[in-house]
Amino acid sequence: MALSRLSSRSNTFLKPAITALHSPIRRHVSTDTSPITIETAVPFTSHLCESPSRSVETSSEEILAFFRDMARMRRMEIAADSLYKAKLIRGFCHLYDGQEALAVGMEAAITKKDAIITSYRDHCTFIGRGGKLVDAFSELMGRKTGCSHGKGGSMHFYKKDASFYGGHGIVGAQIPLGCGLAFAQKYNKDEAVTFTMYGDGAANQGQLFEALNIAALWDLPAILVCENNHYGMGTATWRSAKSPAYFKRGDYVPGLKVDGMDALAVKQACKFAKEHALKNGPIILEMDTYRYHGHSMSDPGSTYRTRDEISGVRQVRDPIERVRKLLLSHDIATEKELKDMEKEIRKEVDDAVAQAKESPVPDSSELFTNMYVKDCGVESFGADRKDLKVTLP
Amino acid sequence: MAALLGRSCRRFGFLSSGHGARSVSTETGKSLNLYSAINQALHIALDSDPRSYVFGEDVGFGGVFRCTTGLAERFGKNRVFNTPLCEQGIVGFGIGLAAMGNRAIVEIQFADYIYPAFDQIVNEAAKFRYRSGNQFNCGGLTIRAPYGAVGHGGHYHSQSPEAFFCHVPGIKVVIPRSPREAKGLLLSSIRDPNPVVFFEPKWLYRQAVEEVPEHDYMIPLSEAEVIREGNDITLVGWGAQLTIMEQACLDAEKEGISCELIDLKTLLPWDKETVEASVKKTGRLLISHEAPITGGFGAEISATILERCFLKLEAPVSRVCGLDTPFPLVFEPFYMPTKNKILDAIKSTVNY
Repeated sequence: MALSRLSSRSNTFLKPAITALHSPIRRHVSTDTSPITIETAVPFTSHLCESPSRSVETSSEEILAFFRDMARMRRMEIAADSLYKAKLIRGFCHLYDGQEALAVGMEAAITKKDAIITSYRDHCTFIGRGGKLVDAFSELMGRKTGCSHGKGGSMHFYKKDASFYGGHGIVGAQIPLGCGLAFAQKYNKDEAVTFTMYGDGAANQGQLFEALNIAALWDLPAILVCENNHYGMGTATWRSAKSPAYFKRGDYVPGLKVDGMDALAVKQACKFAKEHALKNGPIILEMDTYRYHGHSMSDPGSTYRTRDEISGVRQVRDPIERVRKLLLSHDIATEKELKDMEKEIRKEVDDAVAQAKESPVPDSSELFTNMYVKDCGVESFGADRKDLKVTLP
Repeated sequence: MAALLGRSCRRFGFLSSGHGARSVSTETGKSLNLYSAINQALHIALDSDPRSYVFGEDVGFGGVFRCTTGLAERFGKNRVFNTPLCEQGIVGFGIGLAAMGNRAIVEIQFADYIYPAFDQIVNEAAKFRYRSGNQFNCGGLTIRAPYGAVGHGGHYHSQSPEAFFCHVPGIKVVIPRSPREAKGLLLSSIRDPNPVVFFEPKWLYRQAVEEVPEHDYMIPLSEAEVIREGNDITLVGWGAQLTIMEQACLDAEKEGISCELIDLKTLLPWDKETVEASVKKTGRLLISHEAPITGGFGAEISATILERCFLKLEAPVSRVCGLDTPFPLVFEPFYMPTKNKILDAIKSTVNY
């Protein structure tokens, strides 16, 4: 049997919908969009609704894109870690490595008209929405070319043209905001939804329940996504929540529990949730995920969980490895191709870091801009308040 | 006695208590930093009153700033316990506990997160005794929160919200400047029969080191302290800002200006008499705080002193404060009321 690589992309003679069986013909890397169906490893658990099917429609191109995007996000977070330790990034830095499948799976199910709003662990969500690496690194280092012009920092990435409403420092504050976005979408008949993301720590905030009630009362197309990485900073879920079944906490709001380390399961759940929300109102998605780093760069992440636990999850559930295995077992790419891809990505990230390092810090006049519209004639003073006075336009 | 740390390389060295005439005591003790002094105070408070409790986010293992180290081990998980992430719930719960005659010592992890609890503090804690005609009260409530700039805190780990709380009759607002002061003031706040909001300057948690007496002692609330005597101008401040102000005073002295520095300690109710007496002596007043200038507590001090000392004032009251912007990220050095800004203001006030 010829196991030679087919250089042409047309493989129409042999275009079956392949399940988990091996194909004897090696497909050309990355360009095949013919559908493949993959079964998720873990079933969905539902509350007050039907579970979506475990068979996920995807394609080689998509799975390869998952791999590439997740590897890029992973590399970015690791680069951010080194930059922080080198004191080029200051302040707070909350890393997302381990949770990449969420950002990537969600994007695969939605469009840029659908809005996403999230907490402070937002670097990868920004990249998922189409943000550029150099914008992310510039913002982290507080430079002018950053996505928030250097004024936001790690916790405040935004991307208006991709309906990414950021990046919020106060835990849970983005939840009612997200429901408000959904209200606007319904009002404007956008046929779009809002994904409001929050963590297991924020799940105990009163404002979540207020927002849920309103969203359910008014049938808003709001999808509340609880990124359950099992630790609210240093507190395990069983110590902070009477009911750690976050997908059921909506009570009268339907919920779905999803394996958040499986990008395909995330895609399926988000697709299902979007259809549901447009017809029936809010739904909660609990994504069972895990972060390898501590809560932030000041947290080693090992005082409240064992290193064995962290390495165990990395070995068994790592989202990138999962996709790598899928790519290899379906002959979508070879080991070498994937390694080369990772090398390219590494270079891409390094280049972005170097470029970001070159960019300047914002001018000191930026301290006063954008507080009000056109800064409303606010008076600004120099050191002694007597000599130097400036009225901002 | 006090260790002046990193004066040249960091923002400031540290100002110890014990300069002025009315300092607490010149007793020696162990050399402790701010979080250890607060820790000691909490140990003493829990030891001396079996119906006192410490709770908040992550206090069980010692807290993110280590202020509650050793408490859970010593007094048990029924008296020192973690709460879920819900400030409104935590403070409301504390008010209820205090209403039953207990001492509830609540920790809000950063003062920037205190706003969900603002309704509980303003509408419940402050008004409980008043609206029940003294049948009930929550005097046993003490809310501790780290506040203030820390060099890299950004928007949500650097705020100074004291002005919001000074506007609420019914609660007290206390801010210590050093480890020795903190221990005494915290014990007074806990034992005071009124709800108290106690802001701890987080920059000083490790930076400030001082000799702190090991026994149980209290520093009275609503008594300001003149920590440096002078004749030309009165400077009023609280918390970490005093250290900056003291440096400005030392620099001003080299230029022949004699500055009197007052630590307000309690912002609500504040010691108007001490400040008034000082301004009547010097004729000039400068107030400095990290919080934004408009509506900051300096405005209240300025208005009151103007009422009481109008004819004695030689120059307008000067306020050197944070700028009217959200607490910035990379612009922190421009935003802060630095020593040079204060020095400039001292000179222009004196030369008015």
